[in-house]
Amino acid sequence: MKPAAFDYLRADSIDEALECLAQLGDDARVIAGGQSLMPMLNMRLAKPEVLIDISALGELDYIKIERGMIEVGAAVTQAQLANWPELPKQAPLLQAAISHVGHFQTRNRGTVCGSLCHADPSSELPLCLATLGGEVVLASIKGKRTLSASEFQIGMLSTAKRADEMMIAARYPTNQAHTGYAFDEFARRHGDFAIVAAAAVTLGDKIRLGIGGVADRPQVLELDNPNGNSLDDALNTFAWELGGSDDIHATARYRRELVRRLGKQTLQDAIACRA
Amino acid sequence: MPRLSKDQRHHITFTLNGEEVSGYAEPRMLLSDFLRHEIGATGTHVGCEHGVCGACTVRIDGKAVRSCLTLAVQVQGRSIETVEGLAGPDGELSPLQQAFHRNFALQCGFCTPGILMSLCEFLEHNTNPTKEQIGEALSGNMCRCTGYSEIVTAALETAKELTVAHKTER
Repeated sequence: MKPAAFDYLRADSIDEALECLAQLGDDARVIAGGQSLMPMLNMRLAKPEVLIDISALGELDYIKIERGMIEVGAAVTQAQLANWPELPKQAPLLQAAISHVGHFQTRNRGTVCGSLCHADPSSELPLCLATLGGEVVLASIKGKRTLSASEFQIGMLSTAKRADEMMIAARYPTNQAHTGYAFDEFARRHGDFAIVAAAAVTLGDKIRLGIGGVADRPQVLELDNPNGNSLDDALNTFAWELGGSDDIHATARYRRELVRRLGKQTLQDAIACRA
Repeated sequence: MPRLSKDQRHHITFTLNGEEVSGYAEPRMLLSDFLRHEIGATGTHVGCEHGVCGACTVRIDGKAVRSCLTLAVQVQGRSIETVEGLAGPDGELSPLQQAFHRNFALQCGFCTPGILMSLCEFLEHNTNPTKEQIGEALSGNMCRCTGYSEIVTAALETAKELTVAHKTER
């Protein structure tokens, strides 16, 4: 498998990359870590005229905390986020999820924003963004706009990013006091795409459960003060509402059972670790 | 940087196992193919070509990565390490390679270069790893012969050996 021919532009600035996107639109693709795009190029599922490499852009290589959000620039790799010293304190959910993102060899190159742009329904970083209520920053030569996770991911492998836009940053809410977080997933091999992934957050009396790998994008259930029976009922309804289908990895029924069991376990783990 | 045209081959220079090498690549050429076909360094193997099997794992600036998911034009000026760089100049195998040899940690050997390069980085960061940690690190490399247990043993032995070597040095 070899990619179809393309021109290669290593952008020297965000403006240069945006200028190129404005001219070419759909004919250009932005590459950062390439851990999702390169397989698509190799399989010729993507055949851009021009590949715009933003991985060396220093202005996108930062992690900072601003207004209660952790902002991750588009050149930051998943390994950089995993090794960020503030991660355990500021983002326990991401800390729990990040080791499930691919393998350490793919995290060495794959970026946080790249994973969000690829928008695989079973991937972990979009699931965390949806569950925590994060947002993304998109830029074009016309300016910037900020979209919430639910506005951004609109379906399987599809986002609200326009052809002339690129994601320049993602924002995850920081850790709040008295909040519990948990993440778990079930996959055939550690690091493979999850059959079902679950992220849970407790917020006061409310709990939020995000599920990936079943619907066409991460879906979040919010519950008030759930207890034994009502929790089981709510999870069962949620499992059916997600509308999963059979595929080579698992049946829809198996996925529903995972939502009920893994979902409940993850919620309980989040409640148990609430400080 | 000027846009590199798809219709031309471009001159690429980087450091391979400590020595400067160069060759010509179209923008679409994968690093794995560039190493094998342009440089002639066939120690790096090509399996799935979409990042799943790990056979093509090399180190770029010290980090273990998939060379099939990297373009040759992206490594201009960088430092690459491949399996050819592990043994000493006289051909003496590295401690990790010796442990693989001792423990029968390979059969057909196709996956071995990738596994060695992955474990090299892993053992640098994890001097006293558990079996579980090694297993997680190896999840990115497929081996269909060994069942992995010999590979895990070789990695454990190497970690121990390197720790002892460090202690003796002091």
